[in-house]
Amino acid sequence: MAKLRQAAIYGKGGIGKSTTTQNLVAALAEMGKKVMIVGCDPKADSTRLILHSKAQNSVMELAAEAGSVEDLELEDVLSVGFGGIKCVESGGPEPGVGCAGRGVITAINFLEEEGAYDEDLDFVFYDVLGDVVCGGFAMPIRENKAQEIYIVCSGEMMAMYAANNIAKGIVKYANSGGVRLAGLICNSRNTDREDELIMALAAKLGTQMIHFVPRDNAVQHAEIRRMTVIEYDPTHKQADQYRQLAKKIFENTKFVIPTPITMDELEELLMEFGIMEVEDTSIIGKTAAELAADAAAAA
Amino acid sequence: MSTLTREETEALIQEVLAVYPEKAQKDRAKHLAANDVTLEQSKKCITSNRKSLPGVMTIRGCAYAGSKGVVWGPVKDMIHISHGPVGCGQYSRAGRRNYYVGITGINTFGTMNFTSDFQEKDIVFGGDKKLAKLITEVEQLFPLHKGISVQSECPIGLIGDDIEAVSKKGAKEINKPVVPVRCEGFRGVSQSLGHHIANDAVRDWVLGNRDGSTEFVSTPYDVTIIGDYNIGGDAWASRILLEEMGLRVIAQWSGDGTLAEMENTPKAKLNLLHCYRSMNYISRHMEEKYGIPYMEYNFFGPTKIAEALRNIASFFDDKIKEGAEKVIAKYQPMMQAVIDKYKPRLEGKKVMLYVGGLRPRHVIGAYEDLGMEVVGTGYEFAHGDDYDRTIKEMGDATLLYDDVTGFELEEFVKRINPDLVGSGIKEKYVFQKMGIPLRQMHSWDYSGPYHGYDGFAIFARDMDIAISSPTFKNLVPPWKKKPEAAAEQKAA
Repeated sequence: MAKLRQAAIYGKGGIGKSTTTQNLVAALAEMGKKVMIVGCDPKADSTRLILHSKAQNSVMELAAEAGSVEDLELEDVLSVGFGGIKCVESGGPEPGVGCAGRGVITAINFLEEEGAYDEDLDFVFYDVLGDVVCGGFAMPIRENKAQEIYIVCSGEMMAMYAANNIAKGIVKYANSGGVRLAGLICNSRNTDREDELIMALAAKLGTQMIHFVPRDNAVQHAEIRRMTVIEYDPTHKQADQYRQLAKKIFENTKFVIPTPITMDELEELLMEFGIMEVEDTSIIGKTAAELAADAAAAA
Repeated sequence: MSTLTREETEALIQEVLAVYPEKAQKDRAKHLAANDVTLEQSKKCITSNRKSLPGVMTIRGCAYAGSKGVVWGPVKDMIHISHGPVGCGQYSRAGRRNYYVGITGINTFGTMNFTSDFQEKDIVFGGDKKLAKLITEVEQLFPLHKGISVQSECPIGLIGDDIEAVSKKGAKEINKPVVPVRCEGFRGVSQSLGHHIANDAVRDWVLGNRDGSTEFVSTPYDVTIIGDYNIGGDAWASRILLEEMGLRVIAQWSGDGTLAEMENTPKAKLNLLHCYRSMNYISRHMEEKYGIPYMEYNFFGPTKIAEALRNIASFFDDKIKEGAEKVIAKYQPMMQAVIDKYKPRLEGKKVMLYVGGLRPRHVIGAYEDLGMEVVGTGYEFAHGDDYDRTIKEMGDATLLYDDVTGFELEEFVKRINPDLVGSGIKEKYVFQKMGIPLRQMHSWDYSGPYHGYDGFAIFARDMDIAISSPTFKNLVPPWKKKPEAAAEQKAA
């Protein structure tokens, strides 16, 4: 019986964390692994493709109904979906009220106390809200939780910027606990030389691009049926992509404390790949009128 | 006359500071001083209202304590909701002995605890809905209340609840004022910011409520008592003197006070300010907005009371001036009798004080009336203007300590060896076990009132009880017992 591995998936909002995680987990389940997904996002949409549901009843939602989290039983919050994958959503408030971070903390504490991390499990995946905005969203990577982190990104500037920021957060927790960066997952947006760019970024961060997931409409076709590609069309070539990702993660041993780069270094990298123009410092802080005057003077 | 010379006092400070690490030493040095009566401004000798050092055992409170515990809590016909987890409200309930008349639970609520009792789910999902429900329930269960204040505990500020919106909606629903107060405990360096926030809430949500209304008929002799919390009945002992001299007291803030009194305060001719620290803000505001002057006064001990009564009378006509003289003349013989009785026993006794807002300077006169000397004093949460006022009250070269630490106060008391310490419950047993009597000067040690002429008689008696008690002379702590005596005791 192999030791339980816990992994957290981070990345810029909208980059495809939940879709990638669920497809990857489905592939691991196909390999015969016992997996649990813990959604750490108040939107509670981290398990819908596994459960074929709109949104699972979340821990916090059920706790609010029952009165307190102590009134809940594990089976109330744990659902089992495709391939025997166990699914939990932490849940949280609607946007603009309360404290979503506390919701994540409460939910994960509850799972631990109730023994959700049973010995049969091979993997736990935490699917975490885009930015680590406060301590609550760092809960999954504290001591005795996720030890390996995968960052989903693409060859767009903001996605890479977010990846670098997340790496900074990992450094903090790497020093106090045992968490390590395990790789970048490139979820392709079909930008030019995207694979090279992410590999270059990975090298700078001291990690690897563990897999390049090409863009394919099959993902969307499966998604509107609330399914993973693995389940919807196991013969599709995109399903093989997720299988490869799953295999690489299963075999992964490259866990590092990342070396985040400065904003200048990141910009240099982007310029090198032509994503960003070389900055013209002479125009900074000038209004349109001033620029017109300058142009007139030059002419 | 101070017992220690300036050099000795300064040497004592240096000696006590010596145990600290360098950084703490540098910080704490600014908060300790030998008094210099020649200074006009205290900032030249002492720093105050700064963040306490971690680990030093400060006895300061928090902003919630300043708002709910001090300023708002005593307003007796309002319901003060401790908004957040249950502890803040429960452990501060009825703790300050703010006496009031009324039927608790019917038309007054001073000793009750109303709380939204936050649970995990309220943190995660926000507490606004719960607060709205609470306001409705308060109205149903206690229909005779006159208004509600929402006293924010820490989580409210952290999770960003919109208590202002809920309060406005709630006020409309119940047709009574609902006052949101942003006094989250983590704000500021002590309870002092809570006083200020509470004052601002009074300004914004209460004071103007009856502007333009002619319902209240005022007289030329209308005054208010501001900053008297009626500890053990203090405000009552003060009020009767003002009434005897011909004035009409139209509001008490906030001990035994009501919401209506607060709303009518702008109709006063003069605001009389006792606790400067906690209510100077609202007094200044009324001076600016309504042109009502305010006067600081001191009702501790016959000397200061007579001075205060004459100063108050100077704002009014001859009728009131004569009234003040009559009051002074009436009580003077009674006060002399009190002094004649206790002064022979208390003459020359030394006192060290460590209290909160006004008492570290206001009670000095009362001790002096009994022939006693205050040789050291300090405030938990004062600002520079408090020390400006203190310098003149204290003897030259006496010890001043701001936000004193547990260690410093113990060492100072050991070295100065006063006959009495006036401080709070947290200090009481520390010093009594050292064989030094202590009177609580926050709660009057469950006695009082101490304000006014009636209060002075009780004050004198209480100080005598403490100092003249044989208990402390017979008290030898175990570690000071001779070995043979200890062995004997063991054998027996």
